[in-house]
Amino acid sequence: MTSTFVGMPKFPVAAREALANTQLRSNLAHATATIRDKRARVVAEVDNWEELRLSGAAIKDAALASLDQHLVRLEARLTAAGAEVRWARDADEACTIVAEVAQRHGIDEVVKVKSMVTQEIGLNEALQEQGISAWETDLAELIVQLGDDLPSHILVPAIHRNRAEILEIFQRRMQGLASPEELTDDPAVLAGAAREHLRQKFLTARMAVSGANFAVAETGTLVVVESEGNGRMCLTLPEVLVSVVGIEKVVPTWEDLDVFLRLLPRSSTGERMNPYTSTWTGVTPGDGPQEVVVVLLDNGRTRALADQVGRQALRCIRCSACLNSCPVYERVGGHAYGSVYPGPIGAILNPLLKGVGVDEQVDSLPYASSLCGACFEVCPVRIDIPSVLVDLRAQVVDAHRAKRWGGVPSMQTVAMKGAAATFRSGRRLRLAERFARLGTGIAARVGARAWTGSRDLPRAPRESFRAWWRRTDGGTR
Amino acid sequence: MSARDEILDRVRAALGAVSTSSTTFGHPAGSSPDDVVALFAERVADYQATVVRCPPDELEAALRDALPAGRIVVPDALSVSVPHAVTDDRLTPFELDACAAVVTDCAVGIAETGTIVLDHGPGQGRRAITLVPDVHICIVRADQVVADVPDAMPRLAPAVRQGRPLTWISGPSATSDIELSRVEGVHGPRTLVVLLVG
Amino acid sequence: MRVALMVTCINDALFPDVGKACVTLLRRLGVEVDFPDAQTCCGQPMVNTGYLDEAIAPLRSFVKAFEGYDAIVTPSGSCAGSARHQHGMVARRSGDPELVAAVERTAPRTYELSEFLVDVLGVTDVGACFPHRVTYHPTCHSLRMLGVGDRPTTLLRAVRGLDLVELPRAEECCGFGGTFAVKNSDTSVAMVSDKARHVRETGAEVLVAGDSSCLMNIGGALSRQQAGIRVMHLAEVLAQTATGGGQS
Ligand code: SF4
Repeated sequence: MTSTFVGMPKFPVAAREALANTQLRSNLAHATATIRDKRARVVAEVDNWEELRLSGAAIKDAALASLDQHLVRLEARLTAAGAEVRWARDADEACTIVAEVAQRHGIDEVVKVKSMVTQEIGLNEALQEQGISAWETDLAELIVQLGDDLPSHILVPAIHRNRAEILEIFQRRMQGLASPEELTDDPAVLAGAAREHLRQKFLTARMAVSGANFAVAETGTLVVVESEGNGRMCLTLPEVLVSVVGIEKVVPTWEDLDVFLRLLPRSSTGERMNPYTSTWTGVTPGDGPQEVVVVLLDNGRTRALADQVGRQALRCIRCSACLNSCPVYERVGGHAYGSVYPGPIGAILNPLLKGVGVDEQVDSLPYASSLCGACFEVCPVRIDIPSVLVDLRAQVVDAHRAKRWGGVPSMQTVAMKGAAATFRSGRRLRLAERFARLGTGIAARVGARAWTGSRDLPRAPRESFRAWWRRTDGGTR
Repeated sequence: MSARDEILDRVRAALGAVSTSSTTFGHPAGSSPDDVVALFAERVADYQATVVRCPPDELEAALRDALPAGRIVVPDALSVSVPHAVTDDRLTPFELDACAAVVTDCAVGIAETGTIVLDHGPGQGRRAITLVPDVHICIVRADQVVADVPDAMPRLAPAVRQGRPLTWISGPSATSDIELSRVEGVHGPRTLVVLLVG
Repeated sequence: MRVALMVTCINDALFPDVGKACVTLLRRLGVEVDFPDAQTCCGQPMVNTGYLDEAIAPLRSFVKAFEGYDAIVTPSGSCAGSARHQHGMVARRSGDPELVAAVERTAPRTYELSEFLVDVLGVTDVGACFPHRVTYHPTCHSLRMLGVGDRPTTLLRAVRGLDLVELPRAEECCGFGGTFAVKNSDTSVAMVSDKARHVRETGAEVLVAGDSSCLMNIGGALSRQQAGIRVMHLAEVLAQTATGGGQS
């Protein structure tokens, strides 16, 4: 319940540990392969998928380009619809607002719809400190919460657990089951147990906390996309509903939602449509919560917005397709990224939200990629993650350049500067090749053991291509 | 400075020189199947929901066959009469939980995705009644079925602009949270029956 | 048409036979190819590690070497991708408008080998002969940055005697990724082991790809495992003829 990512080691260190966990490797390989295949099948059904992606990206870009106006409009519509709109600069402010709402009603227990943003701000832990218990109601979140674990995927936070492990966690920690001895590792049985465990909570909960997948500025409508019905329970049965919404969730008009409702389910769970999507606009008299609070959260989003290249990351609709298609994520899992946002999107979003040059762990994230581009290929809103990664690497290097001014440069900097000097001209390169057998030389300098631990190095040739060309006049002599 | 003003200032500063985009972008067309209603029936059934197609004069019989034993709740102004059903009158969650099934109309059906949309107008009731009972029987009329999501949006817009909530339903409640395989039946109704009329 | 070979720094220093195979192949197809001696490196290793300033000098040498050619041909999807998609960014960073303008001329004229053969020369059968069982790994940058599509396999299918077998999970990265292979070597090794396993599963004698860097990675793993599978660059296979001797 109090697990956090604070103090995580740099990515390569965390990855090494994760790679050694064979259970994790096999769980992830199985789960990501399943979802990749499902996604590929349903995406192939849509003739104009590429057009949809372009449209999704354009709508989000337009929304971001006049974000201030949309936010003001959203606030006005929500207020007119009976909602209370609050603004939070950072995680602390947002958590405080949520706790205050609970406290003014004397509520010490809330039910939660799975939401990335409330994990980002550490809401459960903050509420706990105020004596308020937060119950996760999404099955995967429940598995994580009951297992005192950390989420490792944005859609399926317990993706690193297989059915046998889930059974074990349920047997140990789940309360209120009529006949716990009848539990098996059949997913349907496990899902049934979650239903039984949470039923009472839903029927008696007085306050719920949610996020939102989208916020329609024009109408003041919030949207939650889900599968299990736990979202509907939270959004409908309690008296009080607080929704924490990142300011980038805005779409301009109701009609704009169309494109995202077509892109998201196919990219996310590989379904034509997810089982349930709820939309609501403030308070609906006689239906659902009669007190509705919406917290609009910055927490680094305006920092990301100011980044000309990285801004596109705010288009993200949290579908998780980039995680499922990432060869790095598939092998190391989510925890190694040290954030609730793992995988390719996490590798750019964390540095964009938090800034680089401050924390080594954050600075290691843009390097946690082979730049293979599989993420960009599947992203429904066409976020060019490889380009953002490369740009962030430059920002990391520049931040350290500035700091090390006059200090000792890193090994990597020495190697890069050396290479740059060698590559300044063909003549220099020829000399270097003659003296040092440059290729293997560089490999040796930047970390031969990292390479040769598991891979042979090629044998250096007798002469370079350049030398051959000179000697034979382009092979004619 | 208030959080509101500070955030808006930060947004404006971040946007700086970015001109407010006036580029328009069309919404790509949705699918256009030959037989919209048949596709709808097929796609709903794909989600392990039960689909019963019937002509209007056989609806009541089809409905009788679909009803489970036990207490049935219906919303105000339902398009058919359900014998012995209780009309929702602010039943508590516990009272709803004691109901075996709910019968409602809907606003729109979407063929491509096998989706039913409720706009919680007359005949559909407030959100809780289609959530808590374990069986949802939903009456969809052929003329309510559209081809794809973009066709549904304008039909739903008036309800949204009036501030009404929507519930989009694609099959019974399900989860993919265990090893990413879909299993039906979690918190929402575990049985969805669609009576497709006409 | 004036055609220049951009051999790439890794082929120059470590795999000169790939460069020689390009020369042989292009000459056989009637293309007179130059090797401008001023060329060094496209700058991608620096760019992808975050050292943009350090990429400016190599870019200047690139532009100096290749300006004025109608086509710049390179046996590397990755380096072609760098020239087409990254040089603009480096040039802008330099703040030198002349460099920016020069890059606008060189970038669109840079072709990966299979693109040049199929799109510019219009050839899909290069008259090669290579009677071996072969599997092909589409390298990430050729596949996703350039979109070479089925050009390489079309060329391979036309090679006499060549038995092309499909590689499972072909489109998954081999784990090279430049400095990724050393900065995140554990993850890189996990990736290349899987790639090598898939290659072994095919029963091929030879693994072919269009990037020597990826071949060095996969080949290094196969060699360490004593897998008995050779790696060859696409250019080397296409240079082979019935009379053997791919090289000049
Ligand atoms: S970056 Fe793209 S693919 Fe990844 S979660 Fe966000 S929307 Fe999905």
